[in-house]
Amino acid sequence: MTAAPPIIAEPPALPAPDVKPARLGQWRRLPLKAKSGAILLGVFVLAGIIGPQVSPYDPAYQNPAPSLALHPPDAAHLLGTTQSGQDVLSQLLVGIRLTLELALIVGLVATVLSVIVGVTAAFLGGFWDELLSLASNVFLVIPQLPLLILLLGYLPQKGQAATIVVLSVLGWPWGARVIRAQTLAIRGRDFVAAARETGESTWRILVVEIVPNEISLIAASFVNTVLYAIGASVALAFIGLADLSSWSLGTMLYWAQSQQALQLGAWWWFIPPGLAVALMGTALVLLNTGIDELGNPRLRDANHAVRVAGRRQRPADPTPVLYAGTAPRGQRTRLGRFAASFSRSSLLDEGRRP
Amino acid sequence: MSAGAPVLDITDFSVVYRTPGADVRAVNQVNLALHTGEVVGLAGESGSGKSTLAYAVCRLLRAPALITGGSVTYRGRRVAGPTDVLQLDTRELRQLRWREIAIVFQSAMNALNPVLNVRDQITDAIHAHLRMPRRAAADKAASLLDLVGIPRTRLRSYPHELSGGMRQRVMIAMALAADPEIIIMDEPTTALDVVVQRDILAQIVELKESLDFTILFITHDLSLLLELADRIAVMYAGQLMEVGTAAELHHEPAHPYSRGLLNSFPSLHGARRDLAGIPGTPPDLRHPPEGCPFVPRCGYSTDACRTVDMHLERVASSPDPEHVTACPFVLPRTPAPERLSAQAEQEFRA
Repeated sequence: MTAAPPIIAEPPALPAPDVKPARLGQWRRLPLKAKSGAILLGVFVLAGIIGPQVSPYDPAYQNPAPSLALHPPDAAHLLGTTQSGQDVLSQLLVGIRLTLELALIVGLVATVLSVIVGVTAAFLGGFWDELLSLASNVFLVIPQLPLLILLLGYLPQKGQAATIVVLSVLGWPWGARVIRAQTLAIRGRDFVAAARETGESTWRILVVEIVPNEISLIAASFVNTVLYAIGASVALAFIGLADLSSWSLGTMLYWAQSQQALQLGAWWWFIPPGLAVALMGTALVLLNTGIDELGNPRLRDANHAVRVAGRRQRPADPTPVLYAGTAPRGQRTRLGRFAASFSRSSLLDEGRRP
Repeated sequence: MSAGAPVLDITDFSVVYRTPGADVRAVNQVNLALHTGEVVGLAGESGSGKSTLAYAVCRLLRAPALITGGSVTYRGRRVAGPTDVLQLDTRELRQLRWREIAIVFQSAMNALNPVLNVRDQITDAIHAHLRMPRRAAADKAASLLDLVGIPRTRLRSYPHELSGGMRQRVMIAMALAADPEIIIMDEPTTALDVVVQRDILAQIVELKESLDFTILFITHDLSLLLELADRIAVMYAGQLMEVGTAAELHHEPAHPYSRGLLNSFPSLHGARRDLAGIPGTPPDLRHPPEGCPFVPRCGYSTDACRTVDMHLERVASSPDPEHVTACPFVLPRTPAPERLSAQAEQEFRA
């Protein structure tokens, strides 16, 4: 044998890419949707945290002064008063906390349940898969609202805790199915086989190898469940299936409806809680599509390409050609692109189809 | 090689990938002509832009890939007059693809649909491009399998029931389905063992002789090209470094990079010699260096290399006007340098 030739192994270190300082740079690079959703949701979370402390009055206090019944907004009562002289702003500030608290707990519990069920079913397979899939299918086909009404109607105590339990128990199967499917797909990949080959325990494979690959799915599932919990809890409270002596956005709407706020023209009574529910929903949807973009960089790349090529590009389009001197066609404004990115197909396609 | 205008003429062709930071210049001012009946090899290491070039020529790359300049002119026997591929719209491209320019993809496992059997996949390709009754298409699929040496009983097989070599043959059969003028082969044999590789290459050459098409063969395996190709283009960092006939590249390589490639695999014949790799790694194509991109890895490099205007020029000592190189300093007979490249030396000392 001749002497081994010199092997030059280590490639030189690549020049460090010029990245902006970590935190701020990352925030800037987030999709606009995620940013606006996070800010909007942040406002509500802040209101939920400090709301009860800053609320000007006791939300339940009924001011006996007849002039203060159903009083429109003024300096003393920024959002007016109810039929019985209660301050709407105080109710709103206290109510946001209760609704948000309920929704976040339901979201957390239901998501944890769905991850456990989904991942276990897919990874164990066989009998356990059959059993858990059967369970989630059964929960899926149950008509939810009638069941909720029945359960809460017959429960001896209709407080916050009961609603949380019922919503959590009914909220997990959809997420579980999605996560099961994704786990099945990931389970067959080579890196899982490699992890098993290197002797990692089943738990470690599940927690370190598989679940992190589903993090965007889990986050989206969480956000969706929170959205579902807000809607369902408000709906239940609205028809009176809640502790009516506590203040949530749902009970506010219940009282406004039962005391004919609409007929009396007291818009300041029902619009604030309704708008709060709608805005929370908007924030969560924005956050959800934002997470989707974050987890699927192709959505972002496609978005970027739309701008630089000066033309909308669809996935099936041929390679764009840049001609010197020709003006870019069909250029969208920043707002137009933002609006177009909500079109349904942008969630289904890999690229964007505005 | 052959008289007349080339069947595919790529001039000053540039492709970038748009990224948030900067453009990645994957293909930079490439000039390459394919003549009818020729096998042109495109060689280069991973990331040199050879696949990008081939796919961009067919307009197959998706945004953020962007063709920033040049032209691609196609002159087919069935097409009246030269066609500028870059001007075609989606419908016209559909007619061009497969009928005129077909591709054999790199990974046969991924390019074949796992839920369709072989016959359905081939007839799909036929129906997409030719008007033909169902039965005739099925017959044609069977005869295509005959051509590539797969028994007809395999028509009903699914891709997972075939071996790697057979899958690749099916891919070649599909490429032949619409009787194209040009077939682009993107590393069709890379995943196969050498024996099967040999078989398939022999088959390709045979088919080319009988069906008369032109091949653009992409590979990182220069030794394979030396046997197979008529002409070889060596690509580095998105630019062509040298183009010449296989014999010229084998015996009289002009560009230092071609020499480096040739020195990095053993030859079956001739004296035993030490193999020398090419030290270092390719440059960052987001910020390509001024002058020659090969400078940091080149043993011949001088200061002049950093400012040289990169374009292909005829190799002065070669009788063939089509033997061109991007390096104006090194000739085929230039003795090998004593030293390694500056970069390699540094690494040695460290």
